[in-house]
Amino acid sequence: MEEVKKTSKQIMNEMTRDVYVRAAEAKKAGKPVCWATGIAPQELMTTMEIDTVYPENFGAAMGAKHLSGPLIEVAEEQGYSNDICSYARNNFGYVDVKHVDDPVNLPMPDMLLCCGNSCNTVIKWYENLAKEMNIPMLFLDTPYNYMDEGASEHQIRFMEEQVYYMISQLEEITGRKFDYDRFKEVMEISMQTGEWWLKAIGVAKHKPSPISGFDLFNYMGIMVCDRGRPEARDLFKQWYEESMEKVARGEGPWKDQEEKYRILWDGIACWPQLNLTYRTLKKYGINMVASNYPRLWMITYDSPTIASMVRAYSENVGANREIPFELNAYLKDTETYHLDGLIYHSNRSCKPMDFKQYAIRKVVIEKTGLPSVIFDGDQTDPRVFSEAQFETRLQALVELMEKRKEGRKEDE
Amino acid sequence: MFLGIDIGSSSSKAVLLDEEKRVLAEEALNLGTGSNGISQVLEQVYSKTGRTPKDILYSVVTGYGRNVYKGADAQVTEISCHAKGVTHLFGEARTVIDIGGQDAKVIRLDGEGNVADFVMNDKCAAGTGRFLEVMARVLNCDIYRLSDLAAKSLRGTQISSVCTVFAEAEVISQLSLGSKVEDVAKGALQSVAKRVCGQARRIQVAPQVVMTGGVALIPEAVHMVEKELGEEIAVPGSPQTVGALGAALFAWEKYHR
Repeated sequence: MEEVKKTSKQIMNEMTRDVYVRAAEAKKAGKPVCWATGIAPQELMTTMEIDTVYPENFGAAMGAKHLSGPLIEVAEEQGYSNDICSYARNNFGYVDVKHVDDPVNLPMPDMLLCCGNSCNTVIKWYENLAKEMNIPMLFLDTPYNYMDEGASEHQIRFMEEQVYYMISQLEEITGRKFDYDRFKEVMEISMQTGEWWLKAIGVAKHKPSPISGFDLFNYMGIMVCDRGRPEARDLFKQWYEESMEKVARGEGPWKDQEEKYRILWDGIACWPQLNLTYRTLKKYGINMVASNYPRLWMITYDSPTIASMVRAYSENVGANREIPFELNAYLKDTETYHLDGLIYHSNRSCKPMDFKQYAIRKVVIEKTGLPSVIFDGDQTDPRVFSEAQFETRLQALVELMEKRKEGRKEDE
Repeated sequence: MFLGIDIGSSSSKAVLLDEEKRVLAEEALNLGTGSNGISQVLEQVYSKTGRTPKDILYSVVTGYGRNVYKGADAQVTEISCHAKGVTHLFGEARTVIDIGGQDAKVIRLDGEGNVADFVMNDKCAAGTGRFLEVMARVLNCDIYRLSDLAAKSLRGTQISSVCTVFAEAEVISQLSLGSKVEDVAKGALQSVAKRVCGQARRIQVAPQVVMTGGVALIPEAVHMVEKELGEEIAVPGSPQTVGALGAALFAWEKYHR
């Protein structure tokens, strides 16, 4: 019998689960497990074959499965303020209870890998974990890029030195030598994965786009957890090819709804309301074709060297850059993705992303005239979002986009 | 005849228009979504005009309760409806400040009745009519009497808390420390004015500024916003029903399209 080829979606779902299964097995076998921040140099852990899981990814999953609320409450009972990032509160709650009623759980770590490119919170969060659990923390400090041109040469050298120090830490912890040839291979795979990821999410530029933007949020998990593995590269390649076949057939994002409007989603998803936000957008025929959140994992670099790798971790992450960097990306997106509007998630958890919103929005309106709305929500704290307020803003956006389309028709 | 319905969080409004867009009846009742306020207010406009639901050619519903109400032909957001209603009444209007029961919004108009941009309060009662209701309760007076009280005050009490619940406690403690009722009333209105003006500045205020919603019925509240904003403010004769008027105008347009 001919074997039926799995779709990229099936593979993605399996891979998402396998990250945690592998880590749990490693833990059981007495091997060390690492917890890492969302955009950290996994290349080091992959080279050393240390199974790594990502509390931010797990937090998102808990949010989507409606399990984040109770974990957040546990953290708040311990005294963590509700002003702290809810990914962090999720994780602090989990460290206390150590188990959730779900097939997927997070094995406890033996070491931590933290990279400061996403925010300052992760640094304090991981220092806290290191102290509470008395485990080593490997840290890559990526100085914030105040200059528009990105990281300076002395900053690159500063980060390179840190990577060498982390390698020495890893050798000490594992008692094994670091294999630089394997490291180069892993970097090459990671570069290819990054390229295929960008290619795959770029398919959304086609009109209509066969990718519903929420696919970006789902596939993103593989970019977070698995980008050093050839399976991830192959997955994105397959996803790209499947999507391009749909483009050739003229397929849109949904079978039962037409793509009427194309928008950019600014900020992290509302994981506890993922389904609700998806359904509400779909109801109005709004396809989210671009988002700055999945783009945070734009970890592409040109050569498999430490200098090139650290540059990517510092410069390619919008959260580590000044406003012009992201603004230019937005202005480019409005054209590349043929946007009709933008929706900004004012996320109570993520201050670094929120603080830029008003400034970016103002300039995008001035330069493009595209309508946009801001709504309040949170990445995993289910208490912040209001369904009625979300829908009112979204419907108002539809009315604004519709008016703009009418105006254009009259002009023609 | 065209019907516009606005079901807010704390009041229900209805406006009936004739073929020439003249207002035949406009009514507001302080019973919001989830109550029978809307059926009462509809009865009022029908009995006032001697018409029945059969005479309605088209109807549009707006407001917080718009998704639940099934009796209308179409629904439009309160943002577009306020823009439409205000432009109909004040052709020169460029900014709308609407403060209702649980929404405070500022809309910038493009001059042709369309929304250029808007900003709304977040999931918080600060700066809304609900905040004033709570303050009025603490002061043991009707919400509309806050205006008379505030007018007598020389200096409003500073209410530093942004949260309505904490502001209530703050005001109680200030009263117990000897603050005058008039000063607290003025402080409450100032607090709302400051909040909404902060929102307004985010989207740039351009004259003429029009204030709508239940809070526009409180003269001192309007005055405080004027002072805070440094702009003169126009208030329609029936500020509460402007959203319903906009809905009725949309009904007229949709019918004639």
